[in-house]
Amino acid sequence: MGTQFTLNGQPVAADAPPTALLVNVLRDTLGQTGTHIGCDTSQCGACNVLLDDVPVKSCTLLLAQVANRSVTTIEGLAEGDRLHPMQEAFRQEHGLQCGFCTPGMVMAGIGIANRHGGEVDEETVAHELEGNLCRCTGYVNIVKAIRAGAAAMDGAAREAAE
Amino acid sequence: MSYERPGTLDDAVRLSGTGEDAAYLAGGHTLIPAMKARLRDPDLLIDLADLDELKGLVTDGERLWIGALTTHAEVSQTAGAIPALQQLASLIGDPQVRVRGTLGGSLANNDPAADYPAAVLALDAVIETDRGSHAADDFFQGMFFTALEEGELIRRVGFRIPKRAAYAKFRHPASRYALAGVFVAEFEDGVRVAVTGAGGDGVFRWTAAEEALAAGTDPASIGAPDVGDMSSDIHAGPEYRAHLCTVMLKQAVGGLS
Ligand SMILES: Cc1cc2nc3c(=O)[nH]c(=O)nc-3n(C[C@H](O)[C@H](O)[C@H](O)COP(=O)(O)OP(=O)(O)OC[C@H]3O[C@@H](n4cnc5c(N)ncnc54)[C@H](O)[C@@H]3O)c2cc1C
Ligand code: FES
Ligand code: FES
Repeated sequence: MGTQFTLNGQPVAADAPPTALLVNVLRDTLGQTGTHIGCDTSQCGACNVLLDDVPVKSCTLLLAQVANRSVTTIEGLAEGDRLHPMQEAFRQEHGLQCGFCTPGMVMAGIGIANRHGGEVDEETVAHELEGNLCRCTGYVNIVKAIRAGAAAMDGAAREAAE
Repeated sequence: MSYERPGTLDDAVRLSGTGEDAAYLAGGHTLIPAMKARLRDPDLLIDLADLDELKGLVTDGERLWIGALTTHAEVSQTAGAIPALQQLASLIGDPQVRVRGTLGGSLANNDPAADYPAAVLALDAVIETDRGSHAADDFFQGMFFTALEEGELIRRVGFRIPKRAAYAKFRHPASRYALAGVFVAEFEDGVRVAVTGAGGDGVFRWTAAEEALAAGTDPASIGAPDVGDMSSDIHAGPEYRAHLCTVMLKQAVGGLS
């Protein structure tokens, strides 16, 4: 049977021990390798996924803790060929180099946008990225990308509301 | 390793007696990293997630009561009765840590660099458990040790509402834990000052600073705590930590509100 939850909108039953780390289940059991593992100490944020739309570290969460809840990974953000506005902003603003940290950064960015809206300032974004490490970019373009992505998400939400 | 998710507090406590080395699982942001590092290896995890009675905040005039399972993110948004506590919660870890980590987990663990112990001690809190209650002054018993018995479950914590309070923390730049954190609370009947991160035995009340502040001494002229009582590790030596205490004290007093 396995533990049931919703992954990127689809029901799944993960055949793994309830105490397995969610990140390992996503990658090894369910083959969704977009979510990365960058540290052993719960500090880097490469493993961030959305749990009921809120970013969490999937390396510090057990499979059983997501039973009957909804998990979104980087694979689940785009709609067909259309990137999620936060993904598109990372592309436009060149918010990545090697890309290893990017899935976790995009998730953290979505969390920041949801908490602070489309006009979030640079300082807030920088402060709230404390749980995400990047070895390449120096963060400048990541901050730009998250601000652009937040503005685009806000715009899209307004359009949808009209 | 087995996993249980009891629906009632009684069941949770009963289950804790059934494992060789059972552990409550709250936010998991101390326990799971410790398991990954092979520092902990419980045979039974008792997930508290369904115990709604352990969540949320209420005030009863004198005290702000916060459920053990309330997350740092919730406290940072909703503990308006004590703004300094809101601010403290907003400085814990990062946003992803704050949506999972809980008050009860932080206190049960009593990490010498954790933030909440300073607030609990300075705000003269009461820690209510499944079998009684503990005064803050008796609860913390040295690094990673508390007055909790085997299987004793924290239900909620009652923080005395101060006239004014503030918390100042010098954060370790990588881990975000406190190298030194000073919580100052003013009550009608006196001032309480608690220090986390710096003490060799974990969180402590800085009584010399309490007396000096009560006597109206300028915080800038209050001397450092005894270097011999400070902790020391690769991040900071005892002299530096003692000095940081004076700097954080000044900042906290300057920020009282
Ligand atoms: C990257 C990172 C950065 C962090 N930075 C900080 C920081 O800056 N400051 C800070 O203070 N903390 C920090 N933390 C720790 C974080 O706040 C933890 O969440 C917290 O210390 C423990 O709470 P928890 O709910 O996650 O507990 P858990 O990990 O679930 O449990 C911790 C311990 O408490 C026990 N326990 C849990 N709930 C109860 C209860 N109700 N009654 C009795 N026992 C219980 C458990 O059995 C376990 O032994 C950080 C953690 C991480 C991963
Ligand atoms: S892999 Fe999860 S925080 Fe680094
Ligand atoms: S782009 Fe390489 S780690 Fe961030």
